[in-house]
Amino acid sequence: MSLFEAIRSALSAIGANALRSALTMLGIIIGVAAVIAMVAIGSGARERVTSQIKSLGANLAIIQSGNVTQGGARLGAGASSTLTDEDASAVLREVEGVVAAAPVIVTRAQAIYQGTNWSTQITATDLDFFAAREWDVADGRLFEPEELRRGEIVAIIGQTVARNLFGEQNPLDQQFRIRNVPFKVIGVMAPKGQSALGQDQDDVIFVPLDTGRRRIVGRNYARDRSVQTIMVKFESEQAIAPGIELTRALLRQRHRLTEDADDDFIVRNLTEIANTATAAANTLSWLLAAVAAVSLLVGGIGIMNIMLVSVTERTREIGLRLAVGARQRDVLAQFLIEATTLATIGGAVGIALGVGAALTIARIAGWPSVVSLETIAIAVGVSGLIGVFFGFYPARQAARLDPIEALRRE
Amino acid sequence: MPLIEARELSRVYDLDSGRVTALDRVSLDIEAGDLVAVMGPSGSGKSTFMNLIGCLDRPTGGHYRLDGVAVETLSGDGLAELRNRKLGFVFQQFNLLPRVDACANVELPMVYAGADGKTRKARALAALGRVGLAERAHHRPMQLSGGQQQRVAIARALVNEPRLLLADEPTGALDSRTALEILALFQDLNREGVTVVLVTHDAEVARHARRVIRFRDGKLLSDTRQEAAEAREALAALDAGHAVEPEPEMVTLEVLA
Repeated sequence: MSLFEAIRSALSAIGANALRSALTMLGIIIGVAAVIAMVAIGSGARERVTSQIKSLGANLAIIQSGNVTQGGARLGAGASSTLTDEDASAVLREVEGVVAAAPVIVTRAQAIYQGTNWSTQITATDLDFFAAREWDVADGRLFEPEELRRGEIVAIIGQTVARNLFGEQNPLDQQFRIRNVPFKVIGVMAPKGQSALGQDQDDVIFVPLDTGRRRIVGRNYARDRSVQTIMVKFESEQAIAPGIELTRALLRQRHRLTEDADDDFIVRNLTEIANTATAAANTLSWLLAAVAAVSLLVGGIGIMNIMLVSVTERTREIGLRLAVGARQRDVLAQFLIEATTLATIGGAVGIALGVGAALTIARIAGWPSVVSLETIAIAVGVSGLIGVFFGFYPARQAARLDPIEALRRE
Repeated sequence: MPLIEARELSRVYDLDSGRVTALDRVSLDIEAGDLVAVMGPSGSGKSTFMNLIGCLDRPTGGHYRLDGVAVETLSGDGLAELRNRKLGFVFQQFNLLPRVDACANVELPMVYAGADGKTRKARALAALGRVGLAERAHHRPMQLSGGQQQRVAIARALVNEPRLLLADEPTGALDSRTALEILALFQDLNREGVTVVLVTHDAEVARHARRVIRFRDGKLLSDTRQEAAEAREALAALDAGHAVEPEPEMVTLEVLA
């Protein structure tokens, strides 16, 4: 019997009990659909985490000022300004593996352009910031070293600010005001999207560090050169951990901290946080896939069950086939093909449903749909294998029947 | 060389309740071209004998040659091949596959013989023609009467040109007239050269054979030759009686069944 004929005869056997076959297939359909949808959701979530991490920039650490003790009370991070832009320069100069160290002061302020205004984040920093974040302008230019040195009143705006403040207008060379200081727009940043915490990273105005310090923040900074944070970029992931240790030692020395004093700054390894997030996303996708795989397994057991029933019901047919010359392997093949056909049809329907579900979920959640051909190929293969695996036992039962007993069975 | 050569053929079952000797050292030959009835009450060993000569079972003692092949030496696959090529089975309950038409049912043995689709179709239609059912080739078993179903089963048994047609109570599920028709068909086939062995407990059926072998308690009881009653003559007589005294119910039944 050719394979084609065998499949045709399997289809007719499946069709003979249409409702029962459909219910059996439902197990596989749900299983396969669940696997495809869950794997897609898992990889979608992972993809989103990865893209957010990419948008942050690789191999970053952040040094925050703070944690001073006043009258026995430890005030925590950012409570005072212990870091300076000289610290940043020293880190860049002296710590091995550091490729950029950007001093950063962040504040919120209202930006006003003609009749429009917009409250946004003002980031005062220098060129190292853009290097650390691997972020460039889409239009215009970054700060000139001279502008930074002299603290000129220029600004680079993010896409969200450009849209909200200038609308359809080209913002380049326009003037807008922050706290009555007229800033000239020299650049518009490329879009960056949401941060890992869901913040809009494009809702920002960059100004030269000194400009921001003197014209916008203006007060509360004990020392002239103080900054809130220093963003440090290392040349490689391996350089981060030793680099952080060196940075700590350097800053303790520069801040003249005694042996038993706490650090008056905090160093946070952003890559480590990012890796943790990736690991969590990976765990999530494995978990989802495992749950889905269990339902596929249950579907397979359903097939085994129905094939056993089918073998019992068709004992006489099997006996007859054996009597007219079917060998054991012919009967085995017949029932295996039947189970596999059942599983494969279920798999095909499951794929359609699963892909549909994955695309819908991806659309709702707003992440890239990641139904790969690989996943589909694997799902088809797995459902076929389930047919073979769970069909084997019933098929062997059929093949091992004694023709005399089988023919006598009512 | 006889077609069937049984020497001291025994079949012993090891059951929980002890050993049962279903067939006890039976020796007999059956020549090609004969029409033989195997008789005996249930438990006499006639079914065991049929299973053994039909290569559905292997003897626990003795020797059996079918067409010169020593059956007891064959593997399971070897037995299957022998059943496929040299034997045709006809059963009391017809045992047709309900989901496919008569033609596909007749094709079944050729499927396992490895014939291609075209050959199978042609030979199945020829076999159906031989049993007088050419026009019903594409009816499903449900759409056929009992007699017609048994004819399909006989066509299936014939399709691989077997050396031996083995019929187990072939008329047991049929009314007496249809039974006569089927017996007439067996006699026709036998005249064409097909060796037929009828297993039956019914003396009326056995009358139509040329040789009657009787079993009792697993042993050969008697082996006699006789003048076979012609089923066609009985049918003709029935038709003559039918003309005088009509039996419409029976005709209706035949059509409806």
